[in-house]
Amino acid sequence: MSINEIEQQIIDEFALFDNWLDKYEYIIDLGKNLEPIAEEEKKEENLIKGCQSRVWLVCKKGIEEGESGENRLRFTADSDAIITKGIISLLIRVFDNQTPKDILNADLNFIETIGLKSNLSPTRANGLVSMIARIRQYAKEHLEE
Amino acid sequence: MNSILEKIREQFPALSQNSHGRQLIYLDNAATAQKPQTVLDLISKMNGKINANVHRAMYELSDIATEIYEEARCGVAQFIGASRKENIIFTSGCTAAINLVAQSYGAEFLKKGDIIVIGADNHHSNIVPWQLIAQRVGAEIKVLPVTKGGEYDLKELESIITEGVKIVAISHISNILGVINPLDAIISHSHSVGAVVLVDGAQGIVHQDINLSSLDADFYTFSTHKLYGGTGHGVLYGKTELLEKMPPFMGGGDMVDTVTYKKTTYAPLPLKFEAGTPNFVSAASLSPAIKFVEAIRGRGSSWLSGSNKNLQQAVEAEQKKIIEYMFHALDNEVGDVEIYGRPGEDLENESFVDKKIALFSFNIKGTNSSDVAQILDQLGIAVRSGLMCAEPLLNSLGVTGAVRASFGPYNTIDEARQLIEGLKRAKKMLY
Repeated sequence: MSINEIEQQIIDEFALFDNWLDKYEYIIDLGKNLEPIAEEEKKEENLIKGCQSRVWLVCKKGIEEGESGENRLRFTADSDAIITKGIISLLIRVFDNQTPKDILNADLNFIETIGLKSNLSPTRANGLVSMIARIRQYAKEHLEE
Repeated sequence: MNSILEKIREQFPALSQNSHGRQLIYLDNAATAQKPQTVLDLISKMNGKINANVHRAMYELSDIATEIYEEARCGVAQFIGASRKENIIFTSGCTAAINLVAQSYGAEFLKKGDIIVIGADNHHSNIVPWQLIAQRVGAEIKVLPVTKGGEYDLKELESIITEGVKIVAISHISNILGVINPLDAIISHSHSVGAVVLVDGAQGIVHQDINLSSLDADFYTFSTHKLYGGTGHGVLYGKTELLEKMPPFMGGGDMVDTVTYKKTTYAPLPLKFEAGTPNFVSAASLSPAIKFVEAIRGRGSSWLSGSNKNLQQAVEAEQKKIIEYMFHALDNEVGDVEIYGRPGEDLENESFVDKKIALFSFNIKGTNSSDVAQILDQLGIAVRSGLMCAEPLLNSLGVTGAVRASFGPYNTIDEARQLIEGLKRAKKMLY
């Protein structure tokens, strides 16, 4: 599925919630269900340190696949805060197994549409903004290779 | 709600607004306090009408602005029991005040091998300035620990503050622990080894009467915006003989006597340390801000109609109720809560209320503070979370963050109850 299709899928899922409580409970569930990364991956070089919560992001090169034979990037991530982790789970869903080019072109408008813009504001210092920046950085590095 | 508290709240327009569609419950007063109408009016008047640079010009408007600015200085001196208004230096904030002392006094008087003692519960702004100057001059930093209850451990005084210690920089009340520290004992011991003492009063001045003619602190600093005044402004109190010996920290206008291209002589205190155009608007706001503080401490001219003693009684009774209720409800209603800053080990001990301000840092065990804060935010409740500019203290408590609810004099027991309901809900969602 393309990034746009996944974003639309998430928008459709969130359209079902008409109050914050259900929405947050859903995000918390996503967070609880996100496969935690291995303890040995929780090392300094994978750590994105925010004042509010910590995020670990691991990027691996995927196998070559598809007609174009482009590289796809695989992402796994974790956080010590569960709401942050729930949002991470959405971001992973969008970015994982996509090509560096598509990752760099993604506009991430869905975040605003589903009403989580404030959670991703730079002032929240929860590590999410830096996480997206680092995902893009990985994509850029792999594009240049 | 108590009718006097209701009247006080009416004077703070920021309190009567909604957040996420609910009545805002503002519990981040330790970060910045809301401002009463008297302060807002003064700020508006200074910007809209009496807007002229202070200490510079020969026209009426500048004279009026200067007079209001200097009146605020006199007001501060009186408020904190300083003997002269020259002891009061206006800065751009509490952080700037501490940096001024570190950079000016520190650079002039510290030598290689000297020791600076900092409080374990200090805010970053009372840690980093000392690290900077210590690195520059080759001084060493030692830490005065706090007890489990959250106040400085006086048993460690003699082993930490020894000969060779030149500066002791401590907190009056920590922004995390909310426990009133035993300043007198630390100050007198520090003086006995020849060290000067700087007290960060950012939280302390808001909750405690300060009299610097009896409290023998060499420097005392605080922020205007935490004391119900304007932002971008702070106060440094310093003893005259120390301020006289200290070189200027910044150069610029208004701090000079005569300037030639080769050499400059400096203006006398306090202007020696006030280079450039000061934030005269926020400085002036200290006058109505202090009037409010005096009023809720039962002094000064009538703030609302009626006696200020009534205000004092209403506010003090409510704060006491909040402190007792919060300890009880965090333990028994929310449950699985770890509270940081609990003076006295048991609640039977009556003295705990006297040592604690209505500021509670805590974690619901197994949850992250930012998750709790985000759920409370959705309920219209504003609290702090995360490291709160006190990373070393939180590290020593073994946590990477905490939730902090800090109450102001306009907060009510009812708001505390809603906070507890919010926490119960957050716990249910996160567990």
